[in-house]
Amino acid sequence: MQQLIFFLQRYKYFLCFILLQIIALFLTINNHSFHRSKFISSANSISGNFYTKKNSISSYLDLRSENNSLIEENQLLKNKISLLEQQIDQVDSQTKIDSIANQQYKYVDGKIIKNEFHKPYNFLTINRGKKHGVTSEMAVVNHKGIIGVTDFSSENYSRVRSILNRDSKINAKLKNTTYFGSLSWDGKDLNTVQLADIPRQATINVGDTIVTGGNSTIFPKGIPIGIVEKNSKAMIQVKLFNEMNRLENIYTIINFDKQEIKDLENANNE
Amino acid sequence: MNKRTFNLLLSFIGLTLLQVLILNNILIFGYVNPYLYIIFIFIFPYKVNRFPILFSAFFLGLFVDLFSDSGGIHTFATTTIAYIRPYFFKTFFQKTEVDYEFFTMSQESFGKVFNFIASLTLIHHFIVFLLINFSFNNFLNVIVNTLLSCIFSLILYFVGNFIFRRKQQL
Repeated sequence: MQQLIFFLQRYKYFLCFILLQIIALFLTINNHSFHRSKFISSANSISGNFYTKKNSISSYLDLRSENNSLIEENQLLKNKISLLEQQIDQVDSQTKIDSIANQQYKYVDGKIIKNEFHKPYNFLTINRGKKHGVTSEMAVVNHKGIIGVTDFSSENYSRVRSILNRDSKINAKLKNTTYFGSLSWDGKDLNTVQLADIPRQATINVGDTIVTGGNSTIFPKGIPIGIVEKNSKAMIQVKLFNEMNRLENIYTIINFDKQEIKDLENANNE
Repeated sequence: MNKRTFNLLLSFIGLTLLQVLILNNILIFGYVNPYLYIIFIFIFPYKVNRFPILFSAFFLGLFVDLFSDSGGIHTFATTTIAYIRPYFFKTFFQKTEVDYEFFTMSQESFGKVFNFIASLTLIHHFIVFLLINFSFNNFLNVIVNTLLSCIFSLILYFVGNFIFRRKQQL
């Protein structure tokens, strides 16, 4: 007994140090695994509030360029509307226009309050959470293209796993074809991501557009990603449409049919 | 709460906010990120009882982690340098625990202080970048990041220290 007390007395600092290190290491490893609740993340009320305050100041500095991008988006949407109006005119008797009851996707607007792009595993924080209907595994996009997937939500904030994260895997395809592959990032350049597993018979040219494939329940089909920059045998380098270091306004996409699709797929497996 | 504790608490909060709101956004050449908050560990009073420094370092790292979504990376690194601080103190300043009471950093020669701070900063940065990378790929990247960030942190620290000291004399 005395020996034990002597031992504790002698190594008390070292034991305390080891204990703290184990906690830290546990948090680090926990941060790298999927689908766990995370205590240390920027999507909680303390850090979320600080980042909101900081963002409200710094967003003033970008107002001009943000305005420009909003005008750009408006223009794009107006063009689409006029195109659709024309279509409705033409084929009114044949097509049934989806009513609200059949709507599959809902877009929730929001803002990035913390952006990150210099690490191998990047996470963003947005100011939308469970209160606004945003939960985990939802697509985050802006008018130029995809940004990431939410992975953890609190009441008012959500953490987003950026596409610039080595753990991210996104289903993507060549526009106007049915060939699809998976998109990931090698951690080197923040403007290029890598597309792999495209079938060999697909002809890929530099400058081809890559869009989301719609094979997952997260992203709707046809959201722009980027253009092919370099085409080597194993990997296709894709240049992103988004400048990942200059993001501000985003949309989160809620898929109403997600549960139904998942249930169906699970039922099929059994 | 006496004045010294209050000052420490203030610098704890101040350094954390400085790090997460300003310094984490400074990215020179795309990847050089200075970590200045660790000077809290150098200015923490030198005492025989080492529990306060261990726990303060732990929570300092935890707060920085909370803001930068890095799990426990900074916690691990700060606790490590807090633990090895007395051994480096003994080696670089050639002093024992008896001298803790009368020790102030400003009375030591610049060379000794520089060696002490530079070596601890280097260790901290190396651990941080190794854990951020989280794999043995890109090891060269880790080394380059560590060295460049370390140089930048040290420049910031000593320039800041110089300006601060001048102000106090006036």
